[in-house]
Amino acid sequence: MKEVSKVIRNLVLFTAIVSSLQSFAFSEGQDEGAVDTKEEVSEYINHHIKDSHDFHLFSYTNAEGERKHVGFPLPVIVWSSNGLATFMSSEFHHDDNGEVIVEKNGSKFVKLHSKIYELEAGATSVNLDESHHATNAHKVLDFSITKSVVGILLVGLFMLWAFSSLARQYKNKNVPTGFGRVLEPLVIYVRDEIAKPNIGEKKYRQFTGYLLTVFFFIWILNLLGLTPFGFNVTGQLAVTAALAILTLIIYTFSGNKDYWMHMLWMPGVPVLIRPVLAIIELAGAFLIKPFSLLVRLFANISAGHIVVMSLIAIMFTLKDSLGVAGATGLSLILSFFITLIEVLVAFLQAYIFTMLSALFIGMAVAEHDHEHHHDAEGHEIPDEEDVRADFI
Amino acid sequence: METLINDFSPGLFVVQIILLLGLIFLLVKFAWKPILNSLDERETGIQEALAAAERAKAEMQNLQADNDRMLQEARAEREAMLKEAREIKEKMIADSKEQAKIEGDKMIKQAQETIESEKKAAVAELKSQVAELSVSIAEKVIKEELSGKDKQLQLVEKMLGDIKLN
Repeated sequence: MKEVSKVIRNLVLFTAIVSSLQSFAFSEGQDEGAVDTKEEVSEYINHHIKDSHDFHLFSYTNAEGERKHVGFPLPVIVWSSNGLATFMSSEFHHDDNGEVIVEKNGSKFVKLHSKIYELEAGATSVNLDESHHATNAHKVLDFSITKSVVGILLVGLFMLWAFSSLARQYKNKNVPTGFGRVLEPLVIYVRDEIAKPNIGEKKYRQFTGYLLTVFFFIWILNLLGLTPFGFNVTGQLAVTAALAILTLIIYTFSGNKDYWMHMLWMPGVPVLIRPVLAIIELAGAFLIKPFSLLVRLFANISAGHIVVMSLIAIMFTLKDSLGVAGATGLSLILSFFITLIEVLVAFLQAYIFTMLSALFIGMAVAEHDHEHHHDAEGHEIPDEEDVRADFI
Repeated sequence: METLINDFSPGLFVVQIILLLGLIFLLVKFAWKPILNSLDERETGIQEALAAAERAKAEMQNLQADNDRMLQEARAEREAMLKEAREIKEKMIADSKEQAKIEGDKMIKQAQETIESEKKAAVAELKSQVAELSVSIAEKVIKEELSGKDKQLQLVEKMLGDIKLN
């Protein structure tokens, strides 16, 4: 009985999804060429790297020569000069060049290069200068449920489901079974290899929750980016910036007296040099560290996406010189191996981000109970910890 | 750089911060805390179990040693008892031998004494019978001898001759 109702529910869900896809596809059919030339390829890649307001799955040209797009429309939520405006992204009819104007709450919106612009009062169409910048429109605060937000929500729900079911397993057994048995070593890995050695046995516990969340969040999103759904969440600057700033907030607010002392008034150096060092240290703590975190993750993942897509595009761009079979074969082999590397990079970047976050937190909460050694002239000899801190 | 700044979406940033904070809060509450607590609990449990096993092993060794010692003692005791028993046995045998010898000697002595006395009695009887017999023979002989005058004389003479010889 239970099985039957489950099957029925799944069927209903599936039909709903498919029908929404189809209606979207048929109503929004637009004449837009297939991606063939080098310019189109780089345009397509650029477009993919950016966030998107609808969930595009695939496109095809039907018998009448019309270009059809299959995917979901996603809700657009923007804060315009006339207040909040919400509508579905399907109202833009897949236009990304500012041609389709959507009127809501007395504001006119256009979508230009994956960004939503509000036209100035009185303007009826968007004017572009030679570098494709809108001259009579401004950007709006865009809280839309974009493709990235969908990815974040999916991963968040998945993590909640997976790890709370792992947590529930411990209530009646000591060793988890099934999927939990896969997750448990990963949790232990983050705790024992990232949190404990970098933060220290005494204080690691209160930061482990954050580190675990960030590690799995980045890792799963990186892997999701490798699927053909084309998510590029960890390749969005806004997402990596949010992650990096959270780390910055955590290590700034958990920094102890020693941390601030070493940053603002470095002991053991001539007094004159101390303000200079303070400036360097402050820049390091508030700019360089979070910036290195956010750019590293963003650049690695974006680069991975660009490389994989470029290698896939070999199929079209080298078709003339290598023939269809040659270009396809070369593209398959290269993109296969680069995808393998990307699987490694997906883990590696999650590891590095978490590891560096743990390290920064560890430096902020470290207890300087050790005495510095001094050489004959009374200068401090840096110990291992200082060297490590300088190195980073 | 300009494209990067242009691509940065403040809206997505805000949404991401809110979602991430929510996710961290929910996961800490419903997943990480119980998971880490259970892991800690299990690890201390394992540590304790190992320590307990170690203690049990030590205890076992102690017991084993005790057992060995007791066994040793029991063996020694048995040995001692056996030895004692053997000694008692030997002593008893020796004693009984002694006893038997004494008894035997006594009996032999008695027997000898009895034999002696019997012998004496027999000899005495023999003597008396011989004496009686001799007397009767002598009586008869004398009766015979002294039946005639000549014979009496002859005897006297003979006896006189014997005396000479003496």
